[in-house]
Amino acid sequence: MTATILENSGYNRDKKLKIVGTSPVKHDGLDKVTGRARFGADLFLPGMLVGKILRSPHAHAIIRSIDISAAERLAGVKAVVTRDDFPEIKAGTPGGDMTRNAMAREKALYDGHPVAAVCATSEAIAKHALKLIKVDYEVLPHVIDPVEAMKPGAPVLHQHVRTKGIKGADQPSNVIERLDLSMGDVAKGFAAADVIVEREYDTKPMHQGYIEPQSCVATATEDGQIELWCCTQAPWVYRDRLTEILKIDQAKIRVTQSEMGGGFGGKTGFYAEPVAILLARKAKRPVKITLTRNEVFRATGPVSGTRSRVKMGVKKDGTITAAEAELIFQTGAFTGSMFFNAPQAMFTRYNLENVKTVSYEVVSNRPKVNSFRAPCVPQVVFGVEGVVDELARKIGMDPIDLRLKNAATEGYKTIYGETFGPIGFVETLQAAKKCEHYNSPVPEGQGRGVAAGFWFNRGGETTGTLNVATDGSITLILGTSDVAGSRISISMMAAEELGIPVDKVRAVMADTHSLGFNRVTAGSRTTFATGIVIVDSARKAITELSKRAAQIWGVPEEGVTFEDGYCRPASSNVGTFEPMSIAQIAAKTTPTHGAIAGHSEMNVTGAGPGFGLHIVDVEVDKETGRVDIKRYTVVEDAGKAIHPLQVEGQYQGGAVQGIGWALNEEYYYGEDGRMQNASFLDYRMPVASDVPMIDTEIVEVPNPRHPYGLRGVGEVPVVPTMAAIANAIGAAIGIRPQSLPMSPPKLLKLMDEARGKGGG
Amino acid sequence: MEGVRYEAPDTLQAAVALLAGATGTSRILAGGTDVIVQMETDLVEPALLVDIKKIRETREIAGENGGFRIGAAVPAMEIVEHAAFSKAWPGVVDGVKLIGSIQIKGRASIGGNVCNASPAADSVPALVAAGAIARIIGPNGMRDVPVEQLPVGPGKTSLAKGEIVVSFFLPARPAHASDAYQRFTPRTEMDIAVVGVAVNLALDAGGTCTAARVALGAVAPTVLLVKDAADALIGTRLDDAALDRLATAASAACRPIDDKRGTKEYRVKVAGVLARRTAQQALERARKSR
Amino acid sequence: MSRKYHVTATVNGDECEFLCEAQQTLLDILRDELMLSGTKEGCGTGDCGACTVMVDGTMVCSCLVLAVETEGGRIETIEGMAKGDQLHPLQRNFLELNGLQCGICTPGILIAAKALLARNPDPTETEIRYWLAGNLCRCTGYDKIIRSVQAAAKEMREARS
Repeated sequence: MTATILENSGYNRDKKLKIVGTSPVKHDGLDKVTGRARFGADLFLPGMLVGKILRSPHAHAIIRSIDISAAERLAGVKAVVTRDDFPEIKAGTPGGDMTRNAMAREKALYDGHPVAAVCATSEAIAKHALKLIKVDYEVLPHVIDPVEAMKPGAPVLHQHVRTKGIKGADQPSNVIERLDLSMGDVAKGFAAADVIVEREYDTKPMHQGYIEPQSCVATATEDGQIELWCCTQAPWVYRDRLTEILKIDQAKIRVTQSEMGGGFGGKTGFYAEPVAILLARKAKRPVKITLTRNEVFRATGPVSGTRSRVKMGVKKDGTITAAEAELIFQTGAFTGSMFFNAPQAMFTRYNLENVKTVSYEVVSNRPKVNSFRAPCVPQVVFGVEGVVDELARKIGMDPIDLRLKNAATEGYKTIYGETFGPIGFVETLQAAKKCEHYNSPVPEGQGRGVAAGFWFNRGGETTGTLNVATDGSITLILGTSDVAGSRISISMMAAEELGIPVDKVRAVMADTHSLGFNRVTAGSRTTFATGIVIVDSARKAITELSKRAAQIWGVPEEGVTFEDGYCRPASSNVGTFEPMSIAQIAAKTTPTHGAIAGHSEMNVTGAGPGFGLHIVDVEVDKETGRVDIKRYTVVEDAGKAIHPLQVEGQYQGGAVQGIGWALNEEYYYGEDGRMQNASFLDYRMPVASDVPMIDTEIVEVPNPRHPYGLRGVGEVPVVPTMAAIANAIGAAIGIRPQSLPMSPPKLLKLMDEARGKGGG
Repeated sequence: MEGVRYEAPDTLQAAVALLAGATGTSRILAGGTDVIVQMETDLVEPALLVDIKKIRETREIAGENGGFRIGAAVPAMEIVEHAAFSKAWPGVVDGVKLIGSIQIKGRASIGGNVCNASPAADSVPALVAAGAIARIIGPNGMRDVPVEQLPVGPGKTSLAKGEIVVSFFLPARPAHASDAYQRFTPRTEMDIAVVGVAVNLALDAGGTCTAARVALGAVAPTVLLVKDAADALIGTRLDDAALDRLATAASAACRPIDDKRGTKEYRVKVAGVLARRTAQQALERARKSR
Repeated sequence: MSRKYHVTATVNGDECEFLCEAQQTLLDILRDELMLSGTKEGCGTGDCGACTVMVDGTMVCSCLVLAVETEGGRIETIEGMAKGDQLHPLQRNFLELNGLQCGICTPGILIAAKALLARNPDPTETEIRYWLAGNLCRCTGYDKIIRSVQAAAKEMREARS
C-alpha cells in the first residue's frame, strides 16, 4: 500500500514551480468588482418575505410571557415565532445553549437576545408587527464584567452551571471552567532567574467587524425539506447544529453558502438562521432575515475580553527560566470562547521548560462570544510580549535578540504535547532584525515596539472533488468557504499538479448536499487543508488519466507516466507514442470509462505552526493622548506563499484589525447593561486615513507536510499587534500601557499620573 | 399603517403652511443625514416629511453686504468648495469639512447640523464664533436670531411649530481677521467630536487682538460661547500668558458628561489644549489675511 | 394601505420607474425593487460607505437618500461602471493588485474612487485615504486599496496625455 498524502506529501524543495508563487487575478474577483457577486443578502426568491427579530432590551430578565396575538392579526404578517416554536432541549447541553442563544427561553441573558420574530410582506409591516408583541419581563440584576461575575453574590446566569475543573464545586456559578496547564517546575525556574517581571493586563471584547451583516434566506416545503442560503464559514457545522436544535434529519437541510462579506471567525456560528427556518416553515414561503448593524453589534459574536496576570523570569544572559499566568476570559452569556487556546499558545514560540497557567472561562450578561483570528490568543500575548519587552530592557538586551536567544526550534516539545517539526521562528526573527525598518533610526518624537506571535494553524475534516471536463478544463468543488481568496490559491495548486494554466481551472464552493462533512473555515486551515485534499484529488485524477492513456495506447498502466500536463510512455520499451495532453485524454472520456475525476476526504493533519514579528513606530500626542501609527512592518513565515499578494493582504488586514483593537475598539455598556455604541460611528474601527501602508516581509520556511510547503497565514498577523503597539507607546512615553484599548483618555491619564509622580 | 407623507414644496410659504398645518410628528428634510438615520433606527416616526431642497432660498450661497448668506439646505461639499467663502471664513469651513465622510457631505447641510441640535455638531461652534445669524420663517413671518440661540439642549431647538431655518448670514470681514475650528476625535475621520473649539478673532495693524469670540462644542448640553475665553485674548498678541488664560477659561467653562465618546475629566483638559491650538491657527490665518 | 409614491429616474443611463413608500431609501429600492444588488448595505446609517452611489453627479450613501427624493434624478451604481467588456481602470487595477479580499466593500470603494479621480486625477496617498475615509474595509488594512487607486490614477493620466 502506498503512503497517503498525509504520510508523504511529496513536498520537493527543488521542484520548479510555474504557478505556485505567482499572483494571478482571482477568478471570483471579476464578479466582485462589477457588483455581480451574490452575498448573503443578494438572493431574491419569488414570494420571499422579510423576517425581523424582536430583541430583549434588558441585560438579564425572566420572560414571564409573550403575547403575539396583535402581531399575528396585523395584515401582511405571515408568521410569528417565539421560544414555543423551538423544541425543548435541556439547558446546559451544547444543543441547549445553542437553542437558547438563537431564541431566549426561560430568561433573556443580554441586551439584544432574541425573544420573538415575525415575517411579513414588507419590512415596514414586519417592523410594525414587532412593536405589537408584548413581552412581560421580570428584570433581574445583571453583571457585565467577568471579574465581577466571579465574585460571590454576583447575579448567576445559569443555575445549572457547576464549575468544571474545580473539585467539589457544588454551587451555581458563572465560572464555567477552570483549566490548569503546566510543564516543568516554575518555582525552580523563578529561583534561577536574575530578573522577574510580573504585570496585570486587561483587554476588551472587540467585534470581528465584518462589513456584511449576517443574512440568510430559508425555505421549507410541506414535506419538511429545508433550503438555507446564508453567508457562513461553516455550512456543514450549521447544518448539523441546526438539525440538532430543530430536530430535523441532516439529509433534509441543504445549506448553500453565499459569497461572504468578511467573517474573521464571526460567521462560524449561526444566529438568525434557525429563526428564518421556523418562520419559513410556518409561512410556507421563503423568508429572508438580514441583521441590522445594531443587531450585529448587540447580539453577534464579539471576541473575549480578558484579565491576565503574567510573570516571567530571565537570567542576565537572556535565558528565560520560567513563565506563569493566570487568565480570565469572558465568554458572554454562554460557554464557547475556546479559551483553552490561550494557555497552549501564549508562551509557545519560546523554548520554555517551566510554565504554569491557570485559566477561567466566565459567563456574564453579554452576547456569546464567537471566534476571531487565533481565538483567545492575541489578548494574552498582549501581556506576554509586554513582559518580554520589559525583561529585555531590564537586562539591556535588544528585544529581538532576547527572542532569538529563547526561540523554539525543531524538536521542542510544546506545553500541549506537540513536538515541533521544522518551524521558522528563528528565520522570522532574523529577517526582522535585518529588515530596513528595524535598522532605520527611530524618528524624533516617536517610539518603536516589536512583538512576536504564534498560532498552531489547523487541519481537520475536509473534502473536495476535482472533475476533468471533456475539453480538459478542470472544475473544483470545495467544502470550505472562501473568506479572502482561497479559491484561487487552491486552483493554482491544482493547475500546478496538472501542469495546465490556472485559467483552465474553476472552483466553486459546495452546498452541504454535494460533499461530505467539512469543518469550519477557520484557524488558517483552508488553503492548507483543502489544498491538500485537492492536490490529493489531482493526483488521483492523474492516476486515472494515466490509466486512460494506457487503455488508448493498449499498454500496461505502469507503462505511462505523467509529467507537465502530458501522459508519456514511461520508457522506449513501452512503445513510441506522442504524449497526450489532459485535453486529448479527456476528449476520449466516453470511449474509455466515462467521467474522469479525483475525490478526496480526510481528517487533515500536519499543519505547520506559524510565527510572526511585528515592528511599529508610533507618535503620541502628549497633550491629548492620541496615538498615530507612523510605520508598520509585518514579518511572518508563510511556509510557502502560494499567492504572495494574498499572503501580504492577510498580513496587512490582520495588522490593521489589531491596530483598531489596540487603540479604540471597545464596547460601552450603560448602568442598565445595554450596549451604548452599537454602530460603526461609535465603535470606531480604523478608517483609511487612520493607518499607514503596512510593509510586509514573507519568510518561507517550508512545511514539508504540505505538498507545496505552506503554512496557514491568517491568524498570526493579529496575534502580536496590540503588544507591539503597546511596546512602541512605552518607548515613546516611558510607560507601557497594560489595558486595552489604549485610547486617548487612558493614555493622557497615564501620562498625567507619571508627570505628577515626576513632580512636573 | 398609513405610512409617511412626503412633500417637496418649492416655496417657503408652502413649506410653512404644510408644517404649521401638520398633525402628528413632522420633520424637515434637507440633507437627511440625521433624519433618515433617526427613522432607520426608529428614534422618530414622522407622519410628514417636508423636503425643503426645492426651495431656492435654502439652496443658494450669495454675497450680501460684503458678507455671505448661505442657504440652510446647501450641501456641505458646496460650502467647502466655495472659494470666496472658504477664504473669508476658513474656520466655518473647517467645521463643515468635518461633518462626515465625503458621501455624507454630499447631502448634509449646516441647517441640519444646527437644527439637529447635537452639542457635538462640528459646524456649530464655528458658526457661533463667527456670529452667524440664522434667518427663520414661520407662520408669523420672518425673524433673524443668532445661531447660539437656536439649539436649547440635545436634540431640542427654540424653533416654534411651523418654523423653518432658511439661511445663515455671515458678516463681512475686516482685514487681519480670521477663524479656525479644531476638534478632538480618536479617529482621523468618521467620528463625533469629543471636544470642539472655534476661535474667531480680529487683529489691529500691529497684531494685537481687538475682538474675539470663542465657542466650545461637546462639553455642555449646547455649544457654549465663552466670553472669559475671548477676553483672555482681546488686548493681547496671543502670547503664552494669554493662551494659558484662554486654555484655563475654556476648561473652566466646560460642563461635560461621561459617555461613550469621552470622560468629563478628559473633555475638560482637552478643551484647554484645543483652545490654545485653535487660537494659534486662527492667529496665523488672521496675520495672513488682508 | 401604505401611501406609495411613483418615481421616474435614470439608473446607469436606463430610465426606470418604481413605486416606493416615503421612508424607503434609495438603497432599498435599488436592491429590492430594481434588483441591482451590487450596491451593498453594511450599516444603514451612513457610517460604512458600502452603499455609495452617485446621484446627479454627487457621491452619496444610498442608505441616506430617500428613494422618493430621486424623482427625475440620475443614479449611477457599480453595475454601470464597466462599459461592455471594458472594465474601468479602477476595476482592473483592484483585480490585478488584490485591492479586494471578501469584496463586500468593493463596489462602494470603486464608486468613491472614481468620483475622486474625476475631480483630482493625481491625488496623494493622504488625499486618497481621506477621500475614502467614509468607506470601511475590514479585510485589507487599506494598503492594497490605496495602491490600486494610485495605479489606476496613473494609468488614467497616462491614457489622457
